[in-house]
Amino acid sequence: MRESIIMKIHYGTALAAVALVAVHILMRLTQGFAESLEYESVIANYKFIPYAGMLEIILILLSIHGFNGLRVILLELKQGRKYEKAVSYGCVVAMIALIAYGSRTIIMVNTGMM
Amino acid sequence: MAQAPSLAEKNTMKKITLRIARFNPTNDDAKKFMEFNVSYEKWTTVLEAILDVKQHFDHSIAVRYSCRQATCGSCGMIINGKPRLACFTKISELNSNVVTVEPMNNFPIIRDLAVKFERLFDTHHKVKPYLIREDTEISSSTKEFLQTPEELEQYIQFSNCIKCGLCNSACPTMATDSSFVGPQALAQAYRYVADSRDKGKDERLKIIDDSHGIWRCHFAGSCSQVCPKGVDPAMGIQLLRGYMLGFRS
Repeated sequence: MRESIIMKIHYGTALAAVALVAVHILMRLTQGFAESLEYESVIANYKFIPYAGMLEIILILLSIHGFNGLRVILLELKQGRKYEKAVSYGCVVAMIALIAYGSRTIIMVNTGMM
Repeated sequence: MAQAPSLAEKNTMKKITLRIARFNPTNDDAKKFMEFNVSYEKWTTVLEAILDVKQHFDHSIAVRYSCRQATCGSCGMIINGKPRLACFTKISELNSNVVTVEPMNNFPIIRDLAVKFERLFDTHHKVKPYLIREDTEISSSTKEFLQTPEELEQYIQFSNCIKCGLCNSACPTMATDSSFVGPQALAQAYRYVADSRDKGKDERLKIIDDSHGIWRCHFAGSCSQVCPKGVDPAMGIQLLRGYMLGFRS
């Protein structure tokens, strides 16, 4: 993929994440901080599909943005054909793994496993 | 034949300590500094002081220079911690009793103050620093490619680049990324992309659109701060990004 396309995605995910995290923070302000972290409250949030969907989108956006940022930092630290390939593929794999792990919680709650 | 008195011998003049970095990659493990007491007038440049030391104290000091008027871009070096042209820097304007000269950062050292320019010239060449179009002024029926003053204004400051390498020396990305194309080449890419006579925009944008290309610039702006010719590579890079992100056409 061309670097300009990757960087467009990088900037786009950052902007979208800022907007959605703002909505997330506003929604958390509807109840007290301690109350919002109670087990029942968290489970209720995950069961509310539109909100759980937004959390999933935030997870995807931040994973893409964060791991691409990490890739850029690592590419600037050291150069070399093999190293650069390993960094690029490694970041994609780590990104997918993190998204899968985060999505697992939402899926488990909504399929009655929790 | 009577020899001209050195700057160091003239008692009426002010004096500074000139510290010159000495390093020979084939023999030395680390850079060391030699100190010389040098007299100066208010118009004495750092290059003149180095050449005076070379003439009267140690002729083995390696320094590259040519025009002595900030045109050839040969005498770039770190003077009191900042990349500058030695021929364009007066000792009196440094406001220091100690003047330290070192080779430019981010360039391999040949010896002492002389550095290799291969990478600079390679990256400069890579961005195709010439007008690209199918016809030429010779074959065209109009004979010349006219530009309005506004079209000229788009790129004229970038054509002042003398390829001295000070911007690359000041660039923090160049310090860690050995494959980064660098501010000099990127500014030159913009210079030709913004030229209304040029038709090679897509070709050039493709060249700089890789993992060590334009996107690795962090916009520190140090390249623009050190340019002795008033070129603003940092701005050129941002304008070039505008083309790549679709804000400019």
